[in-house]
Amino acid sequence: MASLARESTGDKIFVFVNYVFLVLALIIVAYPLLYVVSASVSDPKFVNSGEMWLLPKGLTFDGYRLVLNNPKIWSGYTNTIVYTLVGTALNLFVTLPAAYALSRSDFVGRGFFMGMFLVTMFFGGGLVPSYLLVKDLGLVNSMWALLLPGAASVWNIIVARTFFQSTIPKELQEAAHIDGCTNLRLFATVVLPLSAPIIAVMALFYGVGHWNSYFGALIYLNDESKYPLQMILRQILVLQEMSAEMTGVAVDSSVAIAMNNKADVASLVKYAVIIVSTLPVIVVYPFLQRYFVQGVMIGSVKG
Amino acid sequence: MQQHGERAIAANAVRKTKGRTAWSRMLLNWELYLFIAPAFLYYLIFHYGPMYGIQIAFKNFIPTKGITGSPWVGFEHFTRFFESYYFWDLLWNTLSISLYELAVGFPLPIILALAFNEVKDSFFKRTVQTVTYSPHFISVVVMSGIIITFLTPSTGMIVHLVELFGFEAPQFLTDPRWFKTVYVLSGVWQGTGWGTIIYLAALSAVDPQQHEAAIMDGATRFQRIVNINIPAIFPTITILLILNMGGILSVGFEKILLLQNPLNMESSDVISTFVYRSGLLDAQYSFSTAVGLFNSVINAILLIAVNQIARRTSETSLW
Repeated sequence: MASLARESTGDKIFVFVNYVFLVLALIIVAYPLLYVVSASVSDPKFVNSGEMWLLPKGLTFDGYRLVLNNPKIWSGYTNTIVYTLVGTALNLFVTLPAAYALSRSDFVGRGFFMGMFLVTMFFGGGLVPSYLLVKDLGLVNSMWALLLPGAASVWNIIVARTFFQSTIPKELQEAAHIDGCTNLRLFATVVLPLSAPIIAVMALFYGVGHWNSYFGALIYLNDESKYPLQMILRQILVLQEMSAEMTGVAVDSSVAIAMNNKADVASLVKYAVIIVSTLPVIVVYPFLQRYFVQGVMIGSVKG
Repeated sequence: MQQHGERAIAANAVRKTKGRTAWSRMLLNWELYLFIAPAFLYYLIFHYGPMYGIQIAFKNFIPTKGITGSPWVGFEHFTRFFESYYFWDLLWNTLSISLYELAVGFPLPIILALAFNEVKDSFFKRTVQTVTYSPHFISVVVMSGIIITFLTPSTGMIVHLVELFGFEAPQFLTDPRWFKTVYVLSGVWQGTGWGTIIYLAALSAVDPQQHEAAIMDGATRFQRIVNINIPAIFPTITILLILNMGGILSVGFEKILLLQNPLNMESSDVISTFVYRSGLLDAQYSFSTAVGLFNSVINAILLIAVNQIARRTSETSLW
């Protein structure tokens, strides 16, 4: 397309400025990320004094040793994995069949159901009535208080519905009916196998949501042994509570001899804990980016 | 030929479905109700249930008496909120943080998407996209942790950076004047890349012939962006703007809650954090529900108003 015409001087300047702008954007986003990675393996003395700028200085893995020796991190990790797996399964169980039903033009009442779901996007009961409901249902301090109130999202239902509408040929459904295939079998044996991309997208969106969520745990869980990883992170990163175990480990080990400064331990642990907790998402993200983008794009098609 | 056959089958199917009554179609597809049942129950219980609970905003909720058994008090809680000394501060903080965020955060993804769209080198493009999308996946807790760590006086990276340029670093997290900027700019860092996706989708739908014709007419790249690309994504811009306006009183509650401290409270306390504090921490259930309801009603009004304006002026609207 661009080869149709010679680039004018103005265009060349424009392209140059554009590249400069994008490289700048790249640096602004990437630098803090790289800084966190380097700081997590650097001697906190250099980090705190501002001598470490980009590459690790005074290489040390003590931060990771402290984090990985912390029982709270492990219990948080385990809980988060359980919540993410069970929660995502529940999300898919609610979202996919509903989206499929709504994608069928011969489904009587789909306008009613769609309208009922859409209203909740713009209006809700608010924090306190929701809390009281969960409490009345007897879910407080259980995993279900974190999972059931977020069992589906209208947005994701719309995205999945749009996918079913645009990729599952109507003729297939007609043919199945003529052959005497029930809707249940049609959904299980024809629709779902054809829908791997959207199932992946939904699982990713919901999964990342569960992995990153903390607010449900903050208001509904009292028992620290049930805390997901994000609640443990909140204690360490935001409330700046270095738990007894953490400093305890430091005192016992040879690490403490190297660093008898509590503040240094604290800062080292913070950078390491950021990496440890975000690692699973960061590792899978480049491979799954395509699906994430696909999900947003399908969602942007006006339904 | 084959296409013709397909069309005949489709037409046949339409005729067949139209011929049946709604009732027989419902019976025929009874399983679809089974499919939608979990979602229906979920929305009924977990979304409409709390809407039923809103009535406690007009009551003095007593837990032992339940929602229905508690006595009505009318608009007492609303009056108390409107007359309280913190009402205007809360409203101002909520509005100003939202508008600040909208003013800075809304145009940037559009500009970045237009810039991406001009890059022909796909390796470079993909690299920048992958990197700029990635902060989107950082959790609010970790994001707040990074902000706090970077801005901590004397040890934080940003503090060092500011000092490197010869300035004295402000008390970012404890000076009320800095809270809004910290909140908005960190949000821009985290969300701008991801925000471009939806505009790139709209830009990919632009007909290349339009550009070819414009090149023939001697249009520069910049002119083509202004006259072809921007009009092409304008409907998307309008829709997103409407959606944003509808949420103007519900600013990023979770991040604000995490970044709040007693020293920056003056400029960081917004309606939603106030609802959390008074409702769940101080157990003033009815009062807090009233405040939350005020918030939702304003949001709904704004959404409807902006949608109406958009429909009149640009023929693009949500409904």
